[in-house]
Amino acid sequence: MLKQMISVPESAYMYWKETVRQMNHIGVGSLIIIGIISFFTGAVTAVQFAYQLSGSYFPPYLLGFVIRDSMIIELAPTLSCLVLAGKVGSNMASELGTMRISEQIDALEVMGVNSTAYLVAPKIFAALIIVPPLIIISAFLGVYGGLLAAVNYGIAQEMFEKGLLYMFDPFNVVIMLVKAYVFAFLIATVSCYQGFYVKGGALDIGKASTRAVVFSSILVVLFDYLIAVVMT
Amino acid sequence: MIEVKNIKKHFGDKKVLKGISTVFEAGKANLIIGTSGSGKTVFMKCLVGLLEPNDGAILYDGENFSQMTKKERKSIRRKIGMLFQGSALFDSMTVEENVLFPLNMFTDWSTKEKMDRVNFCLERVNLVGANDKYPGEISGGMMKRVGIARSIVLNPKYLFCDEPNSGLDPQTSLLIDELLTDITKEYNITTIINTHDMNSVMGMGEKVVFLHQGYKDWEGSNKDILQSKNQLLNDFIFASDFLKALRKGIDNVG
Ligand SMILES: Nc1ncnc2c1ncn2[C@@H]1O[C@H](COP(=O)(O)OP(=O)(O)OP(=O)(O)O)[C@@H](O)[C@H]1O
Ligand SMILES: [Mg+2]
Repeated sequence: MLKQMISVPESAYMYWKETVRQMNHIGVGSLIIIGIISFFTGAVTAVQFAYQLSGSYFPPYLLGFVIRDSMIIELAPTLSCLVLAGKVGSNMASELGTMRISEQIDALEVMGVNSTAYLVAPKIFAALIIVPPLIIISAFLGVYGGLLAAVNYGIAQEMFEKGLLYMFDPFNVVIMLVKAYVFAFLIATVSCYQGFYVKGGALDIGKASTRAVVFSSILVVLFDYLIAVVMT
Repeated sequence: MIEVKNIKKHFGDKKVLKGISTVFEAGKANLIIGTSGSGKTVFMKCLVGLLEPNDGAILYDGENFSQMTKKERKSIRRKIGMLFQGSALFDSMTVEENVLFPLNMFTDWSTKEKMDRVNFCLERVNLVGANDKYPGEISGGMMKRVGIARSIVLNPKYLFCDEPNSGLDPQTSLLIDELLTDITKEYNITTIINTHDMNSVMGMGEKVVFLHQGYKDWEGSNKDILQSKNQLLNDFIFASDFLKALRKGIDNVG
């Protein structure tokens, strides 16, 4: 499938238009859910960590430090991408599956349009463009959620902020971005593949989108582990 | 002109096309008729290469389509317009965008030229004022007509229509038949139409191919049908009591 995509586009403008439509779909469509989940993940992590620390002699500013790094390294990219695997993955698979079953893909082929290039490439490209910024927003919102929850828990805001700046390693951001790109690519390719090769009827579209979610989620956590092993 | 030589197609054990040969001439409306499930759609899909025939050859103006590379096929396909049985409109695009799509993909015309062409085609299929509707918001017959507009927008050299007037009222149906006949003559298109519609067969069938159980059972012009002694064809064409009576009348006169 990837090989078929590398061919000269019929009309670059049409491909760009489709990419923008997909970016809109993936990005704007997922912003709210990712935002809510990240915010509360940060908040919950803060409360539970504060609870674990209470009574011990750890300085409270550590909370900011822990929230920051766990959001950046793990929670923002992995949790967000698991959510995206569910939302975007099923969406891509069912869109392509519907196009396959209702012969829209055949219609493209008969016109002489390279259907893989026109339908799949913009989705992968759009995911690669839009997922990393989503993850960055997710990390910020997670930290912000942690901050609000910590203050609410009774930890001074200055303490939390001090922790946020404590021992900041920019390489962690690199890990986050690597994860973002890898996960985005996995979700888009797996889901497109499942949708593009659907055979049968409407029922099979549902099955394909379930498979898309299951396979891409599994691959996300698997690659999460591999990246963790390789990069840390 | 499209020549079909001994096309065979099976799915697993199920033999759908068992060796069909015929010639479709340019400037003519070539009709393929046959009962539901006789393989008309499969045959048409073999012709355009959406299905690979298991045997046989298809020649587009002498060029062997079956043996072409992907790239060569693509250049033929740019000259093909096709209407699918289920219309196959792009759901994510409006009526206008659907018809505009081939122009955007394959021409470098100005926006005005493209829009003029789109509106011209939509007018010819008698569909005005629906430009901004999505396929989900229009009726099946309207979708058919958008599909036809999309298939003729690039002035194809070969036009394939899978049941262009199923789901249309008799008047619109006639209009579509006239449109297809007109453009076929006007631009010397090789037009191939799958149909069940006896009005179409009698009205426009300069060449009719009758498929039965995977074989070409009969071919000829609509005028020949009335004279034909082929029992299967007669049963198929003159299915209703009304038409049977009509047929009797013809025989008595003849
Ligand atoms: N992909 C496929 N796999 C297996 N069998 C198929 C496939 N496509 C078509 N068939 C079989 O081929 C036969 C012919 O189907 P086809 O769709 O060509 O009929 P048709 O003449 O177009 O009928 P209708 O007038 O109802 O559209 C049917 O028996 C169908 O079950
Ligand atoms: Mg059919």
